[in-house]
Amino acid sequence: MATQHSRAAARLMISPAVILLLCWMLVPLGMTLYFSFLRYNLLMPGTESWNGWTNYYYFLTDPSFTDAIINTLLLVGGVLAITVVGGVLFALLLDQPMWGQGLIRVLVIAPFFVMPTVSALVWKNMFMNPVNGIFAHLANALGVAPLDFFARIPLASIIWIVSWQWLPFATLILLTSLQSLDQEQLEAAEMDGANWLRRFRFVMIPHLARPVTVVILIQTIFLLSIFAEILVTTNGGPGTATTNLTYLIYVQSLLQFDVGAGSAGGVIAIILANIVAIFLMRMIGKNLDA
Amino acid sequence: MGRITLSQVKKDFGEVSVIQKLSLTIEDGEFIVFVGPSGCGKSTLLRLIAGLEDITEGQIEIDGRNATELPPAKRGLAMVFQSYALYPHMSVRKNIAFPLRMAGVEKSQQDRLVEEAARMLNLTDYLDRRPRQLSGGQRQRVAIGRAIVRKPAAFLFDEPLSNLDAALRVGMRLEISELHKRLETTMIYVTHDQVEAMTMADRIVVLNDGRIEQVGTPLELYRKPGNLFVAGFVGSPKINLLSGAESRKHGAATIGIRSEHISISTEGGDWPGSIGVSEHLGSDTFFHVACEGGDAPITVRADGEVDLKYGDKVFLTPDTAQIHKFDSRGLRID
Ligand SMILES: Nc1ncnc2c1ncn2[C@@H]1O[C@H](COP(=O)(O)OP(=O)(O)O)[C@@H](O)[C@H]1O
Ligand SMILES: [Mg+2]
Repeated sequence: MATQHSRAAARLMISPAVILLLCWMLVPLGMTLYFSFLRYNLLMPGTESWNGWTNYYYFLTDPSFTDAIINTLLLVGGVLAITVVGGVLFALLLDQPMWGQGLIRVLVIAPFFVMPTVSALVWKNMFMNPVNGIFAHLANALGVAPLDFFARIPLASIIWIVSWQWLPFATLILLTSLQSLDQEQLEAAEMDGANWLRRFRFVMIPHLARPVTVVILIQTIFLLSIFAEILVTTNGGPGTATTNLTYLIYVQSLLQFDVGAGSAGGVIAIILANIVAIFLMRMIGKNLDA
Repeated sequence: MGRITLSQVKKDFGEVSVIQKLSLTIEDGEFIVFVGPSGCGKSTLLRLIAGLEDITEGQIEIDGRNATELPPAKRGLAMVFQSYALYPHMSVRKNIAFPLRMAGVEKSQQDRLVEEAARMLNLTDYLDRRPRQLSGGQRQRVAIGRAIVRKPAAFLFDEPLSNLDAALRVGMRLEISELHKRLETTMIYVTHDQVEAMTMADRIVVLNDGRIEQVGTPLELYRKPGNLFVAGFVGSPKINLLSGAESRKHGAATIGIRSEHISISTEGGDWPGSIGVSEHLGSDTFFHVACEGGDAPITVRADGEVDLKYGDKVFLTPDTAQIHKFDSRGLRID
């Protein structure tokens, strides 16, 4: 038989892709690991020396590290909560027959196609600006003092902006899932005496469990590394109020020129992300084959 | 109790009229079958009775109470859907208990009723499984179980057997008939299969294009079809319909004669012809005979022992007392 041959051939043929992928991932990872054990400051080029675990020690004991972890969790958790709940509501709404359905659906999806920097800047300058923003004008019209969003509630504002970007994604996935729900199940539940709320609770929510886990998994991966929105709005401030792990690493390596500590932060971020991933895969694996 | 009266019921979907002014009374305890070709409005009519569709015009009474505006849950009817519509994430036990749970029946009572239904339907061993771990026939029984526990005034079945294979279908047909005898509850059963209708029904309602063609017991429909449509739809094999010279002889536009009312002989008879395809069922054999001057072959039933081959010359003789006559509008002439 040719199986032995074809297997060898198959290996040979996919090897360029695999090797490229490995290099793509392993080289930067290896360099980050290597740098994380070096005393490596961009202001003092050529003085790199072995540093042991010192970078890790300083990164982990830095008070802004704890802040960054908390902010990261709040950011991810907040956006997930808003997009999942909002996504379900929007999906329910869009599932109703209505006039101009196609157009409305396109409009709902639109924010997803706006670049993060652009949408953050639009929110910052056109909506949340305390002098020129629409919210400020509204507040003035109502005779209330306008809120300086990024000074008073910086993290909530960023959560809001990021949620606005991700809501369409959640809505789209949940809407497709709702449309695949067997109408006869809903009718059966109706005949069984379940009112709308109970049909939602006992038929729709279990049906949505699977797409919701998919939404959570995919969004978490992207939300752990939110950066652009923070950079163009608050620069991680005031203080460390909106500094997440990604942003902290950026601050360490490129604002404080300490590549060693930044790399140590990167390695820690990778470990944390993997812990989250394992945890999520467990939870979702159960949900996906149930 | 489960007496259902439809008066002048009409249903439009936008411009299209699917059910046209239809009146019907379904007696308590009756097994009534709606039969008709696909798309004739059987499901729609059933869903109107269930309350899943709004009636455009007319009135529905259940047990003397006007139910036209009543929501489905308040009508006291239970429905078994073609897709079974089981809740996939619930165990069989929870599926069956669902209507009880919605009605706020207490837990111990729920368990008792579920066990009882499961015993009746041979589901006791499967109570903790999920629907997708069951075979088609078992799913069907779970759907029936979910309907039974509510002790409804009437059961509504929408083509419940169409997803089962032929052997299972015959078995479930008997089980449903058996269930009806035991529960003595009104059952409304929708099917496009006239064999199911004939074998199960107390009364059959033949529907066509949203209109009732005829209502009657299976044998009434078979022996005295009220029009050409019913004659052609009820009975297997299909009735032989003849028009032209032969029907004029009997003073009708079309005549119909069933395969068992024609005798076949090699010596002599009214209609000479030659044997075409034969279908051997063992006890009976159906011959398709091409007659001289006739266009469609005539189906004749003969005893299983009769031995005739393709192309053999034969003579057919109809039993004139059993000929159904129809006028030019397709209505029966007596
Ligand atoms: N919700 C609906 N909207 C528009 N037309 C419908 C709807 N439901 C059924 N119809 C039409 O009504 C007719 C009867 O349908 P149905 O009652 O399902 O037929 P069947 O006898 O095969 O069960 C069909 O022509 C179908 O296209
Ligand atoms: Mg149908």
